[in-house]
Amino acid sequence: MSISVQNISKSYQQLKAVDAISFEVNEGELFGLIGPDGAGKTTIFRILTTLLLADEGKAKVLEYDVVKDYKSIRNSVGYMPGKFSLYQDLTVEENLTFFATIFGTTIEENYDLIEDIYVQIEPFKNRRAGALSGGMKQKLALCCALIHAPKVLFLDEPTTGVDPVSRKEFWQMLKRLQQKGITILVSTPYMDEASLCDRIALIQKGKILKIDSPQNIISNYDKLIYDISSKNTHGLIHDLKNYPSQYSVYAFGEFIHYIDSKKDFNPSDLNEYLEHKKHSEIIIQPAKTSIEDVFMDL
Amino acid sequence: MNREKIIQVENLTKEFGDFTAVDSISFDVYKGEIFGFLGANGAGKTTAMKMLIGISNPTSGKAIVAGYDVFSQAEMVKKSIGYMSQKFSLYDDLTIKENITFFGGIYGLSRKRIKEKIAELVEELQLQEVANHLVGSLPLGWKQKLSFSVALLHEPKIVFLDEPTGGVDPITRRQFWEMIYTQANKGTTIFVTTHYMDEAEYCDRVSIMVEGKIEALNSPKKLKEQFKVDSMNEVFLKLARNIE
Repeated sequence: MSISVQNISKSYQQLKAVDAISFEVNEGELFGLIGPDGAGKTTIFRILTTLLLADEGKAKVLEYDVVKDYKSIRNSVGYMPGKFSLYQDLTVEENLTFFATIFGTTIEENYDLIEDIYVQIEPFKNRRAGALSGGMKQKLALCCALIHAPKVLFLDEPTTGVDPVSRKEFWQMLKRLQQKGITILVSTPYMDEASLCDRIALIQKGKILKIDSPQNIISNYDKLIYDISSKNTHGLIHDLKNYPSQYSVYAFGEFIHYIDSKKDFNPSDLNEYLEHKKHSEIIIQPAKTSIEDVFMDL
Repeated sequence: MNREKIIQVENLTKEFGDFTAVDSISFDVYKGEIFGFLGANGAGKTTAMKMLIGISNPTSGKAIVAGYDVFSQAEMVKKSIGYMSQKFSLYDDLTIKENITFFGGIYGLSRKRIKEKIAELVEELQLQEVANHLVGSLPLGWKQKLSFSVALLHEPKIVFLDEPTGGVDPITRRQFWEMIYTQANKGTTIFVTTHYMDEAEYCDRVSIMVEGKIEALNSPKKLKEQFKVDSMNEVFLKLARNIE
């Protein structure tokens, strides 16, 4: 077991940011905390990286206790906070050297671990970190979190605000790091990234709603979702919401996702209703369930 | 179709030293349209947007926004548009009412009008219970909805939204888009950037910037046909794959 969390709670004044959360992350696993802003993800990261004390509960990282053995944890984990926290006035190379020195190592010693990623930012190694683009900052931050060859990597929303291309590349890098035996705990508000994790915890308002593999979460979802579209999308949402047996209606990319509350729901009845409402080019077809659908129904 | 052009951009260019951030882009946006302005990080979106809202001067080229030239009539442009950025939204240590009053004042609304607007927004966004709370204490989703409404206080013809839904939960994200649709139906033009490709599908037309240039511009449906793929995500990956 690389990470074990038992009944951890943390409040900030009135607000219960984390509410009796428990989960375990196996060695070598890529585990995702999936949830929106304010769910409590950052608080969990800060407790596990020994930067914040929990009010209640126990947590261990690599069998070290987060309170008692905090120094051992700090030496053996890498942490990439959500907010860019490298030195903006230092160059790319200076930042990396700085972090290596703090951990008593050198860039050369662990170069093989960061090589894949570092070669992409090396052409800019004399540029100040503050002047890098979002995607490059993120790569530098990852290099800095890896430079002391940690056994566990904590990544707090590494892809927030990052474009789809860079996000894809970032996840490919994570997979390669995982193959090198590093355990990774990563958080994200992007539901499509959930499917790239081995297991995920869906989290909202300080509570874990579900823990399982993305495949199981999707296949255990027992409602049938329909993709619906017509020429007038905005009107379609409105009319579907007024359909008597509707269970939920929400936009999903180019289609509306529709779930009916009746077991014996007949799509052709709905088609008739929409035609009556003057919709044209109506499409009603079974949809593929995604993590986002499950999340929205929790 | 005879549609009113509310934004006209011709060969708009911005250079920083020998780096061309925006490279001679041209496009039009129509009244009441939801226009998605996409691109990878560093593609030049923010620079282009800054020129369109009158806070950065073009190196060359021309842009007319709401009938005003962004270079010679920048102040008139600013008065005719709304702008919402994820970073500089509202004042965390003012209450909701104070924020509305403050921005109403900046936009030159009368006291009476500000009072009406406060009542209207509090009702519309159901903020009755928190109207006197500090904005800093609100969840991100609420803040985003409120700052969208504040960007619309002076009833601008166009509103520019810079990644309005980053980090927001899936339900709030959709509620936010319903607000966008409602506003567009009232005739307000929406110019929006996002990294969520499902949101790109909600736009009437979408442009994709790659290395300072607009590489594609069409409705999501036509773009998918053009690139022979099933989703906007794939369109984006195809176009932007060659960078970095």
